[in-house]
Amino acid sequence: MRHRWRDRLLTTLLWLSIAVLLAALGWLLADLVWRGWPGLSWSFLLDAPRDAGRAGGIGSILVATGLILLVALGTALPLGLGSAIWLNEYTRAGSRAGRWTRLSLDILAGVPSIVFGLFGYAFFGLFLGLGYSILSGGLTLACMILPILIRTIEQGLAAQGDDWRQAGAALGMSRASLLWQVLLPVSAPAIATGTLLGMGRASAETAALLFTSGYVDRMPEALSDSGRALSVHIYDLAMNVSGGDAAAYSAALVLIVLIVFINGLTLGASQVWMRKRVSYGYY
Amino acid sequence: MAITESQSSHATPYTVGEMQAGAPCCEPVPLLQIRNLSVAYSGQKALDGISLDIHRGCITALIGPSGCGKTSLLSSLNRMTDLLPNARVEGRILLDGVDLLAPSCDLTALRRRIGLIFQKPNPFPLSIWRNLALPLKEHGTTGKAELHEKIERALNDVGLWEEVKDRLDAPALALSGGQQQRLCIARALVLEPEILLMDEPCSALDPIAGEVVEQLIRRLQGRYTLVVVTHNLAQARRIANYAAFFWMRERVGNLIEFGACENLFAQPTHKLTAAYVNGRQG
Amino acid sequence: MFRLVTKDRALGSALMLIAVLVGSILLLVVGFLARESWPALNEGPGAFFSASGWYPMEGRFGLLPMLWASLLITAGAIALAAPLGLMNAIALRFFLPPGLAAGYRALLALLAGIPSVVIGLWGLVSLVPLIALWQPPGAGLLTATLVLALMILPTVALTSSSALHAVPSDWLRGSAALGLSRWGTITGVALPAARQGIIGGMLLAMARAVGETLVVLMVAGNVVQMPSGLFDPVRTLTANIALEMAYAMDLHRSALFVSGLLLVALVTILALIAGRLGQGQVHAA
Repeated sequence: MRHRWRDRLLTTLLWLSIAVLLAALGWLLADLVWRGWPGLSWSFLLDAPRDAGRAGGIGSILVATGLILLVALGTALPLGLGSAIWLNEYTRAGSRAGRWTRLSLDILAGVPSIVFGLFGYAFFGLFLGLGYSILSGGLTLACMILPILIRTIEQGLAAQGDDWRQAGAALGMSRASLLWQVLLPVSAPAIATGTLLGMGRASAETAALLFTSGYVDRMPEALSDSGRALSVHIYDLAMNVSGGDAAAYSAALVLIVLIVFINGLTLGASQVWMRKRVSYGYY
Repeated sequence: MAITESQSSHATPYTVGEMQAGAPCCEPVPLLQIRNLSVAYSGQKALDGISLDIHRGCITALIGPSGCGKTSLLSSLNRMTDLLPNARVEGRILLDGVDLLAPSCDLTALRRRIGLIFQKPNPFPLSIWRNLALPLKEHGTTGKAELHEKIERALNDVGLWEEVKDRLDAPALALSGGQQQRLCIARALVLEPEILLMDEPCSALDPIAGEVVEQLIRRLQGRYTLVVVTHNLAQARRIANYAAFFWMRERVGNLIEFGACENLFAQPTHKLTAAYVNGRQG
Repeated sequence: MFRLVTKDRALGSALMLIAVLVGSILLLVVGFLARESWPALNEGPGAFFSASGWYPMEGRFGLLPMLWASLLITAGAIALAAPLGLMNAIALRFFLPPGLAAGYRALLALLAGIPSVVIGLWGLVSLVPLIALWQPPGAGLLTATLVLALMILPTVALTSSSALHAVPSDWLRGSAALGLSRWGTITGVALPAARQGIIGGMLLAMARAVGETLVVLMVAGNVVQMPSGLFDPVRTLTANIALEMAYAMDLHRSALFVSGLLLVALVTILALIAGRLGQGQVHAA
């Protein structure tokens, strides 16, 4: 009772905080829809950009973005899966190799994206000679999403108790068979979640792509071609092209829808995981 | 449908299959000879200098309070201790004269000859069929007919065949606890082992299911050699031919007495044994 | 100590190779950053922190104005986002009914997922003109701080919310039984118990803010000068790299890599602080 005024003040501040967040978010989304919706159409999605992007569409951009994501995932998934399995199944708890790998991944997760862009430029672009290319951009993104991918898959593998591993060992099964037949299929939702999280992160990425996959907005013909990702296109239209705002907003709307879709799938994958746990008492 | 376990243990609504009980207690030729076995974890001894014989076709019960190293002994018999990085096993375990603890021992073949059933049923998150087919395929059985024959025989042996023959593709985890444990036993039997190790196979099950599994264990005697760890003295008396009594001495597990079951319970040599089996201690 | 089956050994070796490759990425990153920065660093690292200013065409690479800009914007952003985010987290845990809380959390996750380029776009087209009405040119320190705060707000809210949820409800019930009001429980029991997680989350958000490029690129004004007023256009380390990398050559480019190393150092310091906080376990006895 003594603190009645304090409590009322704090509660008011609390609701104010919520109001501020909702207002800002609402403003952002409303703005996005108001300015971006008019420009959306099928031709926008399919046509090539004209007049530096002010007119036409984002067809070639979408293709380039898709290719970059494909390269990123195609590289990160096998590497990430292999590392997660090695960390979980082949390293003893507290082993130095395991600890160093995990530590380096944690540090990597914190490196700013622009620095990844510098690295990608220096290593993939210059040192490996890939220049400005979809390949270069995709590989750089792969490095960026590996930490979260490995962490998620590892969690999925570790969450299964040792029961099945012991059963498999007692039956004289090789660890490889057990992994392939039992442990990995059960971890599939975790692997899917990690993959989707990585894809979401990669789709939103801009700074790392500026000097790796480049700016060329033509339809790419090969992975060695330079290609413009959707996020880079938005940046270019907003900052370098006068009068490009409207097109930028429409492209932004498309990007948001893509990311919301991916997030929705992530949620779905983890729901599947939860349901399996509950109905069969897996863990 | 899992109604069998709620019915009385005297009726046998499941198909028993051809099972001979064999001689009630077998030839006194030890199949497995354990000599001076010691097990230590991270330098801390859990089991000290155990020597005992496991006789072919008999059920040997390992009894004693928890922490005396019974499970450690069991784990070392099929070298499951190898999975623990801080476990050291010393001594000799002779199976048909061959030392199992030698580094040159083929583990895969060993675990085919000696199976292990865990306290908590752990069927794989696969269908009933695949639970049994997986170890068979792993050990080289490929023909569909052969697979089918062995799986049906194993399921018959544990009394599950009638219950599940129409739903072999159903998930194994959907079975009841007792059925899951019987499935795990079938999974071990499908490899046609000589020895079955069981670590308190009934303790995680409800009493009715436990009774069904216990009956199954008795029926396996003669065809298989069983080593069963159990806390339940009454159960040990009911099922075992031989009993080994363990106790803690200076925080290390020791074998106090070993012998034919009736003798151990009726006329124990050691006074500790007498105290334990009569419920005065432990 | 034990022999793996041949199949397992082969698999183990293959997987170890993969893990080694992955583990070496960090080394590669640091290595190549160092390699490219070497020419400029060789000239004398002190030059980067002198007050000579950033005049790359004349060979002067003073990073101080941009370092200040980065630090000020980050500090301002967390100063705004921390209380707002914490309040939202408290609301999620203690004030919103479960159905609404789940929906609100989804909304926060949505905000967290919006790409920085889109937030920057909104800031550029909608917020900057508004601020310009008040005080031209609109794009400057304040604008960048506001937009960045909005960007890291969901991170703070969600991590703080996780930390608050981890507080055992027994403690909260005990406190209520002692007659504490809701806010009394929150300030007296929940917040202290969740302190580590909350601060950890804020440090994480700060690291994100320091490394953020697109938002500051689009709304901070991009003039290299020591910030002296809220409405001054400024350029951060990150924006600098993005702007000049395209045409930088030789020593200039090397200097940009040096600023990249500086960014990594800043983020690592924040991570180390967060790690150190994690060591000192705080638990009510």
